[in-house]
Amino acid sequence: MADAILEVHGLSVEYLTRREPAHAVDNVSVDLAPGEFLGIVGESGCGKSTLLFAIAQLLSPPAEISGGEVLFKGKNMVQMTERQLRTVRWKDYSVVMQSAMNALNPVKSIAAQFADAMRAHGTRSKSDIAARSREVLALVGIDPVHLSSFPHQLSGGMRQRAMIAMALLFSPELILMDEPTSALDVVAQRSLMVQIKELQRELGFAIIFVTHDMSLVSHFSDRLVVMYAGQVAELGPTREVFDAPMHPYTSGLLDAFPSIYGPKVHLDGIPGSPPDLGALPSGCRFNPRCSRSTAACSTTVPELYEVGGRTVRCLLHAPERSDAVAGLREGSRPMTVEAGSDA
Amino acid sequence: MPETSALLETRALTKHFRIGGMRGHNLHAVDNLSLSIGEREIVALVGESGSGKSTVARLLAMVYRPTSGEIVFRGRPLGDLRSRRDVLGYRSEVPMVFQDPFSSLNPSHTIGHVMGRGLKLHRRELGRKERDAEAEHVLESVGLVPARQVLGKYPYEMSGGQRQRIGFAQALSYRPKLILADEPVSMLDVSIRVGLLNVMARLRDEQGVSLLYITHDIASARYVSDRVLVMYGGHLVEQGPSEEVLHDPVHPYTKLLLSAVPDPRARIAISSADIGEPPRVVDPGEGCRFRRRCPVAQEICSHVTPMLVECAPGRAAACHVTAPTGATRTQPTGATRTQPGMPPTSTQAHVEPARPAPGA
Repeated sequence: MADAILEVHGLSVEYLTRREPAHAVDNVSVDLAPGEFLGIVGESGCGKSTLLFAIAQLLSPPAEISGGEVLFKGKNMVQMTERQLRTVRWKDYSVVMQSAMNALNPVKSIAAQFADAMRAHGTRSKSDIAARSREVLALVGIDPVHLSSFPHQLSGGMRQRAMIAMALLFSPELILMDEPTSALDVVAQRSLMVQIKELQRELGFAIIFVTHDMSLVSHFSDRLVVMYAGQVAELGPTREVFDAPMHPYTSGLLDAFPSIYGPKVHLDGIPGSPPDLGALPSGCRFNPRCSRSTAACSTTVPELYEVGGRTVRCLLHAPERSDAVAGLREGSRPMTVEAGSDA
Repeated sequence: MPETSALLETRALTKHFRIGGMRGHNLHAVDNLSLSIGEREIVALVGESGSGKSTVARLLAMVYRPTSGEIVFRGRPLGDLRSRRDVLGYRSEVPMVFQDPFSSLNPSHTIGHVMGRGLKLHRRELGRKERDAEAEHVLESVGLVPARQVLGKYPYEMSGGQRQRIGFAQALSYRPKLILADEPVSMLDVSIRVGLLNVMARLRDEQGVSLLYITHDIASARYVSDRVLVMYGGHLVEQGPSEEVLHDPVHPYTKLLLSAVPDPRARIAISSADIGEPPRVVDPGEGCRFRRRCPVAQEICSHVTPMLVECAPGRAAACHVTAPTGATRTQPTGATRTQPGMPPTSTQAHVEPARPAPGA
């Protein structure tokens, strides 16, 4: 994509352990248009947060980027020095961390923390700092009187909002979000998601949003990346992925949580747990847990196949087996057994 | 089974915390809460952060003493439990499973050691060999196989879902009547939550255990529970059979909770003016605690606390507007019939549990 704000090409991250290095992110390529909302979903340990940190150039040992490039506005950030990164980071892209309670300094007021960030990027004037701090706090719907509050005086939802306000200080073009809502309950979560989407519409920044809860981004993201064991399992427009999941893992994730609508059905989730990245199964990494795996799945490593504007890493969609595609689509949402719901 | 045999009941249970030193204030964590849990029943206690649902769990687990009101377990008030042995007996019949499987297991001991210690304390009649056999048996009941191998493992060798199963296995090994599960799946990945919910349903069906399932996720409450209780700001605001409450919520807060559930199958436009702020429960005074967020609030809501009113058999809600006193609400679904001759309960009465009749 020529006008992409972010291009990730073949990005790999290794955790250097005493044994074999573990490939937490394995050859991931994805791009992002200005103002786009990209969701990255997967289970714990699938590498989604590591990918986000690799894009943000925030990895610390034992994790390191072992290959690939991250082009942000055409410049490869992987090769930038820490000094060069410092001028870009927070000004042009910012990060919202998972746990606001841990990300905010408990002994400093919100105003002091905002001022820290602004001074680090060259804003000296006290009145400028105060004005901008009030402005961003108002943007996220917090009364600016809370500038003098300490993190413990704010509710969980407000702390996350304050984090987002901080990320907005320099009107960046890209905000990376790592499960910003996972510590909140459903009502606060929904309200934060709506607000993020509204801010995006208003200010036009692009978002990469990492979560383990696929349903959360269903109404918000433009495109969706489903990750499994460090790799992209499926990538496509969100609505299409939800309506007709191609990868059996995506179907499994979709069928893993109960609905409040429709008849009550028995669910089984996805059996087993994600593989140890140091000891991956042969063939397809998902095949030991897959309900549709065949003999070929344990011997042949699937590539990412292009199918109608989407990419999917599953042998069922390999070009030479395109006859199987129709079959999978039909069976992709397996009929669930009707539980004795009213008994 | 007869509806009168509630396993556990609370009567006007109240817990206030003093905060703020000399000129202190009262934080009303739980106010005037009457609930009952029947045999072989999964009751979901649903509410957001700060609704008081975890305080209820701790009161039931005898971690806190109630400020007023009482808890009655199998006909006996907990206040009567004096000796250490009585209290220990209650705790083995009503054990608790905690939210965080990463901090609730001692990292320096094997699963076998941890399970053995619990059994030594709560099942003194068992010998060493019997303890091992029992530990294996309960691990198999919660789907951890091969159990013998699991007993030799350390917590760090297990995934979050497996650790939480250990929590249920521990609780089960005490031969419980009622397991208090405080947000048992909220720390787990969405993909493995449902497996644990299935474990809970199996404990009810196969072991005859009741569960109090505390959660903010109303969709999972629907999936696993027979009845649901909705709490807001320390008050019980709605209760009834899960399917009925979810299909036809009465209280505006229940409606809000339902509308906030992320569901890709719902093709609704996203809009939410509610910012999800927790209620003010420090010296709250009279009035409905939900009124500041309520879309249908009226003048009366700010000075009269609504009482829990029976609005259909087995269902009750506390709202001046949607469940007014003196008007039994008719069920549009026809799933349950309102009895015209029956006067609605006008006090904050304890409402008997009503399990949906089999095949209804």
